[in-house]
Amino acid sequence: MSIQLNALFSDSYVDISQYRDQHFKGNRYDQEKFLKQSNTLYVGNLSFYTTEEQVHELFSKSGDVKRIVIGLDKVKKTACGFCFVEYYNRADAENAMRYINGTRLDDRIIRTDWDAGFKEGRQFGRGKSGGQVRDEYRQDYDPARGGYGKLTQLQRVPQGL
Amino acid sequence: ASIEFRSPPYCGVFVVWVPKCCWLYGHGLVTLLSIKNTAKQTFQRNILFFQLISFARNRKKMSRRRHSDENDGGQSHKRRRTSEPIEIEDRLESLICRVGEKSTSSLESNLEGLAGVLEADLPNYKSKILRILCAVARLLPEKLTVYTTLVGLLNARNYNFGGEFVEAMIRQLKETLKSNLYTEAVYLVRFLCDLVNCHVIAAPSMVAMFENFVSVIQEEDVPQVRCDWYVYTVLSCLPWVGKELYEKKDVEMDRLLSQIDGFLKRRQKRHLPMLQVWTADKPHPQEEYLDCLWAQIQKLKKDRWQERHILRPYIAFDSVLCEALQHNLPPFTPPPHMDDAVYPMPRVVFRMFDYTDAPEGPVMPGSHSVERFVIEENLHCIIKSHWRERKTCAAQLLSYPGKNKIPLNYHIVEVIFGELFQLPTPPQIDVTYTTLLIELCKLQPGSLPQVLAQATEMMYMRLDTMNTTCIDRLINWFSHHLSNFQFRWSWDDWADCLTQDLEKPKPKFVKEVLEKCMRLSYHQRIVDLVPPTFSALIPANPIYVCKYNDESNNTLPGFAMAITVSDAIKNRATSEEILTVLKDVPNPNQEEDDDGGDGFNPLKIDVFLQTLLNLAAKSFSHSFSALAKFHEVLKTLTESDEGKLHILRVLYEVWKNHPQMIAVLVDKMIRTQIVDCAAVANWIFSVDMAHDFTRLYVWEILYSTIRKMNKHVQKIQKELETSKEKLEKQQLKRKDSGDEEDMEKSADEEDGQLEEQIERLQEKVESAQSEQKNLFLVIFQRFIMMLTEHLVRCETGSVDFNTAWYKNCIERLQQIFLMHHVIIQQYMGTLENLLFTAELDHHILAVYQQFCALQL
Repeated sequence: MSIQLNALFSDSYVDISQYRDQHFKGNRYDQEKFLKQSNTLYVGNLSFYTTEEQVHELFSKSGDVKRIVIGLDKVKKTACGFCFVEYYNRADAENAMRYINGTRLDDRIIRTDWDAGFKEGRQFGRGKSGGQVRDEYRQDYDPARGGYGKLTQLQRVPQGL
Repeated sequence: ASIEFRSPPYCGVFVVWVPKCCWLYGHGLVTLLSIKNTAKQTFQRNILFFQLISFARNRKKMSRRRHSDENDGGQSHKRRRTSEPIEIEDRLESLICRVGEKSTSSLESNLEGLAGVLEADLPNYKSKILRILCAVARLLPEKLTVYTTLVGLLNARNYNFGGEFVEAMIRQLKETLKSNLYTEAVYLVRFLCDLVNCHVIAAPSMVAMFENFVSVIQEEDVPQVRCDWYVYTVLSCLPWVGKELYEKKDVEMDRLLSQIDGFLKRRQKRHLPMLQVWTADKPHPQEEYLDCLWAQIQKLKKDRWQERHILRPYIAFDSVLCEALQHNLPPFTPPPHMDDAVYPMPRVVFRMFDYTDAPEGPVMPGSHSVERFVIEENLHCIIKSHWRERKTCAAQLLSYPGKNKIPLNYHIVEVIFGELFQLPTPPQIDVTYTTLLIELCKLQPGSLPQVLAQATEMMYMRLDTMNTTCIDRLINWFSHHLSNFQFRWSWDDWADCLTQDLEKPKPKFVKEVLEKCMRLSYHQRIVDLVPPTFSALIPANPIYVCKYNDESNNTLPGFAMAITVSDAIKNRATSEEILTVLKDVPNPNQEEDDDGGDGFNPLKIDVFLQTLLNLAAKSFSHSFSALAKFHEVLKTLTESDEGKLHILRVLYEVWKNHPQMIAVLVDKMIRTQIVDCAAVANWIFSVDMAHDFTRLYVWEILYSTIRKMNKHVQKIQKELETSKEKLEKQQLKRKDSGDEEDMEKSADEEDGQLEEQIERLQEKVESAQSEQKNLFLVIFQRFIMMLTEHLVRCETGSVDFNTAWYKNCIERLQQIFLMHHVIIQQYMGTLENLLFTAELDHHILAVYQQFCALQL
């Protein structure tokens, strides 16, 4: 009886994105399999000042949160604007993708994406300066993410010299 | 044939002139098809596709050779260049699902085109088409009349198909009823009714079905909710088909309505107060759903069944449809009541707006107008169809047909809040509605935010009579919503709450909202946000309190020990070492340590936990690590029930300014079995927590605790089921494969292992279920004690018992019943005999009786 009408069961917010972790240990097929079964989300575009408490409050709205790992600058060991949120089950993570992705935290539109699973070491930024790669090259001024991008900072003429 | 094909993103117009004589159906067809092979099949493109296909088919049969060399390893659709059966089925699905959506052509011409295409495809794809049409009847009720018109057109062209469709629908109806899919069953019956309007089904046979439905109210010893459903179904179809049925069979219909009237008059509605969002009747009574619908139908009848809101595409096809032959519905007997039937629970119609609230523009239909019913039904259906896709959902809501004649934004906001506040639980999780409203604000920035602000203001004004659980949801919605809009709000407008006692609903609401806003931001943000006059409502700065940090406390017992423990932890002591250190802590409860220092020692717990939490206060993760590292110590200290209770007390003492931290630590302690659920329940109801008893965070902890308990039981039950299935499969497999002699020995072993596992799991399940029952009993017991105490005190003091505290408490009890009614129903015997006995104060007993009334 229950015919699945593909045309009706669109769930685009839950689909995996194009991003693949280049450091993933395994082939593409494995990574996709993990992404499709994962209970863990990557969360990006956070302010450097956003706390674990704030992330917990927001992401608890789609279910019980098992663990949050705040992303850190590899050198400074301070928050550098991303984190991982792991749920106890996939359904709760899917609801976060449907309803929390693309809304605001600390006045910033945050972005969630599936993650193959947290492994030690993945909490560090992979940019040359220690933060996230995106903060190396961006040219805008973002006070919540250390001001200008790292490259731009080096290029700017220092004041008062 | 000349076919114009105009479609973005292909700029320009393709005019394909296909002279009959030189149509190159081979390569030419492939080229044309490959243009259109995109994942999203637009309606026009698909129509064109099918017209081409059927044209080509008329010219020549499709070669078999073509079909054999596709299936190139199941690659993406882009690779397919031929019209395989599967692709045609996908396109058929897409065509049918999309008809009625925004289009450059009129709905009528799209329906006409689609009917032609489907008719042509009947010889090859009849069963698929039947299944798709049955599915959309069940799953797209908001487009009901579009699809009934389509079926009407098909029936006019092909009488047999019409008959087969009706038969398929009846089969589907029987199956949905058997599977407890009562909401979908209503949609199916409504579809059948509208087919009367499309000349597919003869009116008298529909009336006969209605008569069978209504006869259910004569059944004896059946739950009232069973009769409710059949009555509701009949009434809810009348806006669509009342006129037609009355024209043909007015005597029979009058008889039906009078039978329904009698049923509604004697029907009991003890459950009503439990389900209402507001307890006040002003400004809008929160009506029982059947009462409201009855009033709407009565009014419709008075208006001689003139209904002008529903979109009826079949009217444009009247000349074609009235030529069609109609079918008679086979006699339909409602399936008998089974014990495992789960009928829909009664509900209350949520109303917050009326025509006075929409200041300009179209007037809102009255609460007892049938238009109101149809609009609300359709909006609910849209949300039900599109809840996963918030942007689509918002767009579909805002493009509701006939939107220019109604204050659509008000209807949408009312329907959404109606779902959010629905008791016991909303149809979707709460956050769905927050995000949906944000999407709606994005699409209508000039009008929707104002309606939302107006709604918020109205709900604030009516907080005094709003159900506590609904206030909780309002708090969560409003704070989350504000966090997406820089917390901008005219707080001064709510200055009236500052003069009230802090336990009153309005100041309490503002206080809780600010606390949640703080959780999504930080303390200083809230301080800067509100006028200084609101300072009493600002949440506390969420910092910990450790009495052993304060030098002035150095005379406290344990003060010196706290320093020792702190140093030990900083020097990376192990659990064992810590326990050794703690052995020297005196026990204030006993003169001598008769059990060798291992019994319940509140001072040990105090010293250790305060110190640990102090050191780990930096973040949640730090605290979790600390609990994990010294798990052994904590387990040892909390072996007894008193130990478990005390650890919670100490936790509260340290973190009372940071309720969020308390909640996550309690959660962690339950999950790591440092405390159990019953301990948490007892702690919440203890005297120590009395002053925080009405605070939202306390209830969030209790609800979360019950949820964890339930999930735990479910998990083990699932494990048991899986093991049982595995054993069955194993035994079946062996039976099938023969070879019994060889297998017997290893079979016994294999079986034995599984059987042992099953036995262990069975024990685990029983123990978990017993713990679960105990938890509920503890909670109910404590509720009864607290409420009775309060009622007695008020009576002896001759004061009104109905204080803000009482309302809060009794509505929380109601909510526990509602949220977990399936599980609690297992305990009815115990509850009636032990707890909710006749000696109980009637106010408390009423809650229990209302709960029982829900499924009678």
